[in-house]
Amino acid sequence: MNTATRSERWSGYALLTVMAIAVVIPFLSVFLASLQPAGTPVVGLTWPERWSWDNYEQAWSVAGFSDLIRHSLTIALGVVPASLVLAALAGYALGTMKLPGGNAVAAFFIAGLTIPVELIVVPLYFDLRGLGLTNSYLGVILVEIALFMPFSVFWMRTHFQSTPASLVEAARIDGASSATILLRILLPLARPSLMTLGLLVFMWSWNQFLLVLVLIQDTTKHTAPAGLGFFVGQNSTDIPTLAAGTIIVMLPILILFVIFQRSFIAGLLQGAMKG
Amino acid sequence: MPSRPPVRPPGAPVRPSATRGRSPWRGYVYVLPAFLVYFAFAVLPALHTAYLSLFEWDGVTLGDWVGLGNYQEILQDSVLRRSVFNALVLVVFFSFVPIVLGLAMTGLLARYRRPGMGAYRFLFMLPQVIPLVAVGVTWRWLYGDDGLVNQTFRAVGLDGVTRAWLGDFGAALIAVGLVGTWVLSGLCMMLFLSGVQKVDPSLYEAARIDGAGPVREFVSVTLPHLRGELAVAMTVTTVAALASFDIVYVTTNGGPGEQTTVPGLLVYRLAFSEGKVGLAAALAVVLGCLILAIVYLINRLSRSES
Repeated sequence: MNTATRSERWSGYALLTVMAIAVVIPFLSVFLASLQPAGTPVVGLTWPERWSWDNYEQAWSVAGFSDLIRHSLTIALGVVPASLVLAALAGYALGTMKLPGGNAVAAFFIAGLTIPVELIVVPLYFDLRGLGLTNSYLGVILVEIALFMPFSVFWMRTHFQSTPASLVEAARIDGASSATILLRILLPLARPSLMTLGLLVFMWSWNQFLLVLVLIQDTTKHTAPAGLGFFVGQNSTDIPTLAAGTIIVMLPILILFVIFQRSFIAGLLQGAMKG
Repeated sequence: MPSRPPVRPPGAPVRPSATRGRSPWRGYVYVLPAFLVYFAFAVLPALHTAYLSLFEWDGVTLGDWVGLGNYQEILQDSVLRRSVFNALVLVVFFSFVPIVLGLAMTGLLARYRRPGMGAYRFLFMLPQVIPLVAVGVTWRWLYGDDGLVNQTFRAVGLDGVTRAWLGDFGAALIAVGLVGTWVLSGLCMMLFLSGVQKVDPSLYEAARIDGAGPVREFVSVTLPHLRGELAVAMTVTTVAALASFDIVYVTTNGGPGEQTTVPGLLVYRLAFSEGKVGLAAALAVVLGCLILAIVYLINRLSRSES
């Protein structure tokens, strides 16, 4: 299909490159700012005269970003395994069994795909406060599991629907129970789907802001995005430390993205398409 | 991966086919845990929001039943109306511009194989994975007095244009909108490009042989195949604009004045700093319904056309 002329090809790449630069420049600007000597006024894109990593140390220990990262990890590591287990179980039943009213239940899950945090956050604060679950990671974890559940169930259901029915049928004839079929046969095959789902859920949990802002008002318990949002309000003039903090907050998800690029991109694109 | 047949431990009683003869409802045992968490922490709170919206309540003392009074206030209060209007303006920048940009790029790139796309794909999806709060902090710095935007204008001699963009009455909303454009353009482009890969290349050959120019080819070959992707891109970006919170909170917090106030920001502010819980709940319901209506409409349109 080499019908394109050479000039078309080059103009295409030129435009792609322009857009890629537009994506990179903000990151570059923050990164360079984070290397400037602390307390100096920084202008736009400026190459630092000497590379100083002091701001990272400042942000990490003095400004408390190490705590923020730890809190975010605590929440994400609670949300991800629970989401995977619950979604795999529900997706298995909704995807491979003929449940009475199963389609309606699946639709009920899918309807939750568009629930914005704004719609649930107000009563959640008052209800969870009554249960002693505000300023608590458990509260945030439970709500995030629920919030991501429509997508998670939908994702796993789609996966199990695509596994050959003959596999399940054969096992059933051999007398395997439904739990055995799931554990021994289907779950080992579901590893790639589970992994992509795990990455997406981790990312959503890591990036969640409004929910944490409301449910965790104790600033010493903040997560990375909430802490960064709070920090920028308090220290908006200390650009180098702020920039270092921004990079620290982005770094964990950035590292995951670099390593698991394929899973991430496939998940984001397919997830959007199927949803 | 080889699939192992289920092994029955020797001596275990041979059960008659495990599922036959049992109630088909048994499968719900697997669904129940997920359903309970979803129901308790997402569905119930959404219903509770609708209930709260019928009261005037400060979050502390007993609330007063006001029926639909809060909804009436949304229609009448200029700040609340303004927030909905701002959200609709953001749709232009979060949805319309990225989709047009994505389509244009797709039109240019549709008809030949593109080696080296991997690196571009990585970069274009990058804004999708990082926290929007970090995006907001970054742009707050870029738009600042000494930020890159002003630096660029000064470099080309347009000193008169420079300003604190996010504090400027005329420019703030557009500046915030362009952050959304930056975040979502890559996603739209990647969606369309992956959709185009499913198009049979011979269709492009045929179009070329028929003497179709690039525009004609885009309209009659590329675009019809992207209907599903288009619907998805519209849904995702529109929801991102209407329910926006993170970027606005960090960059402008609604200011200057009410120039960039969005419903999400007001829900937060009304409920947790102004003690107007009922009104906040009503606004949340309006926002939820608006999103639901638009998602329904987009899906309806994209299905009926195909």
